[in-house]
Amino acid sequence: MPHIWCPGCGHGIVLGALLRAVERMELDRNNVVMVSGIGCSSRIEGYADFHTLHTLHGRALAFATGVKLARPELTILVPMGDGDALAIGGNHFIHAARRNIDLTAIIMNNQIYGMTGGQSSPMTGCGEYATTAPSGNLESPFDAVELARAAGATFVARSTTYHAQELSRILERAIKHKGFSVVEVLSQCPTYYGRKNGKGDAVEMMKWFRDNTVSASAAEDGGGKTRVGVFLDIDKPEYTASYAAKAAGGARVER
Amino acid sequence: MSVSRKTSADVRFLQGNEVCAEAAIYAGLRFFAGYPITPSTEIAERLSDGLPRIGGRFIQMEDEIGSLCAVIGASLTGAKAMTATSGPGFSLMQEAIGFAIMAEIPCVIIDVQRGGPSTGLPTRAAQGDVMQARWGTHGDHAIIALTASNHQDLFRVVVDAFNFSEVFRSPVVLLLDEVLGHMREKIRMPAPGEIELTERLTTSVPGGVDYHPYFPREDGRLPMSDFGGVHRYNVTGLVHDMWGFPSDRPDVANDLIHHLVNKIENRAESLLRYREYHLEEADIVLVSYGSAARSALHIMENRRSVGMRIGLLELQTLWPFPEELVRQKCRNARFVIVVEMNMGQIVREVKAAVENPQRVFLANRVDGTMITPTDIKNVMRIIEGKGV
Repeated sequence: MPHIWCPGCGHGIVLGALLRAVERMELDRNNVVMVSGIGCSSRIEGYADFHTLHTLHGRALAFATGVKLARPELTILVPMGDGDALAIGGNHFIHAARRNIDLTAIIMNNQIYGMTGGQSSPMTGCGEYATTAPSGNLESPFDAVELARAAGATFVARSTTYHAQELSRILERAIKHKGFSVVEVLSQCPTYYGRKNGKGDAVEMMKWFRDNTVSASAAEDGGGKTRVGVFLDIDKPEYTASYAAKAAGGARVER
Repeated sequence: MSVSRKTSADVRFLQGNEVCAEAAIYAGLRFFAGYPITPSTEIAERLSDGLPRIGGRFIQMEDEIGSLCAVIGASLTGAKAMTATSGPGFSLMQEAIGFAIMAEIPCVIIDVQRGGPSTGLPTRAAQGDVMQARWGTHGDHAIIALTASNHQDLFRVVVDAFNFSEVFRSPVVLLLDEVLGHMREKIRMPAPGEIELTERLTTSVPGGVDYHPYFPREDGRLPMSDFGGVHRYNVTGLVHDMWGFPSDRPDVANDLIHHLVNKIENRAESLLRYREYHLEEADIVLVSYGSAARSALHIMENRRSVGMRIGLLELQTLWPFPEELVRQKCRNARFVIVVEMNMGQIVREVKAAVENPQRVFLANRVDGTMITPTDIKNVMRIIEGKGV
């Protein structure tokens, strides 16, 4: 299938893992809405046969909130890039988490702005290189897992494109979860992030994911490696369900 | 003495913001997303209670950007949807307004104008957002913007806004101002069915048959299919083809931009709402809109009582600008005074529309207080060389 992604880009693997999860769940595609923002990652919706909404940079979760609240029975998938979700869209991200609205947020984290040609993102590591960090990035990245947890998400996981099978199973759990689910996926960008930082080609970058990740159950510092797996899976009142229950409760008592 | 009372009429004493909320529900509103901002907040407050009672949904978002985005998302599921704000929030919404224009999603945006720029005068009146409503979002486009000067008209115009948004698949902006929003006035609530409502035009194409979301019918309308329905299609802010998929083909881009502009500009007549007072014999024509038109109406009546031949053209449709109407109504005027509470936004349009732009003058006020009949009278005296 022709697509807009560069050779070696990890985003197609995320799409594959996501579509396999939806297929295993036997969801009726008429009940699935995919809402994305702007960037390399956000073009994912154009390749999926759901109701697809390609929105504004950073605003996917806000659009998705409107769709979900208006039609709570629909399954909403919200794939975003790291800059999309955590820089320009950071406020919508923490508030969607705080509401615990039943959306599945997928952060395709390639640690760079790819579409615009390799600028540093809020997930670019300190000291790493980008076209807007020519002598090394001065800033530190977010820990998306801790951010999501602290903001109130009720399902939080991290995976990589190397762990495609596990990723697909995690995505299935995230979609089934009633509440705000966040799955961060480390995805390789050999064209910009990889080239700028001497990470090698796509295969080498995926091997790096293999060799530098440990289970989520490992000690908090991961022994210097990135922890992957499910970090949080708890039940809390979901926003649209709470809203429906409140509305069904009838008119408020006048005081 | 017996007083006969008509009990059938539903007469109330409401704020303009409350009228907006009531009229929106009358028009079929089922989804509201907003963010608190003076002087519009009463709209959100009233709907937070009113919407869930009728099966609708209200949400207070984290900012005005998210508010309009949520409104657009809800509209795609088939719900009539609206937000309300004031200048600073309206500025934040501009990118999403462009999205709704490009993706042709019906929605209504109420901007209760305050003094600006920036935080300006939050609790004071102004009409400084007229041009922002027209050109605030980037790129070539057409827009529909309406206003009114009293609560009875406001109710009607709010319903018009929803109807137009459905007919044209476009965002519609309602430009109120602080005076209208907070003023309490008598209003007779229209009975159900009294004002005709335009419902969402949905496609008759059955499931399993190709549906083209961006293929206009002969009358220019584009039937929609709700998200969650049998047709799965793509919606994007990119230039797109009739399937809704991105395209950078020059012919596709050219056709789309012309369609977006022409669907509104070519049918501007059907969008025309205005009131006129004594224009037939007037040699002085006042052109005004919104709360400023109340002072214009007052001074018109006052000056007519002393024998002046003066009339008022009160515009309710600001965009698309009713050029032809203004040209006709101002044709025989010795001079035209545009009354507005800004540094001169509609006056430029009036000058461009009339045959003698050098006879068009501005009576304005930008200090946050409402323009008074005396302000307008003083401008008339200056024009006539009488001093004030």
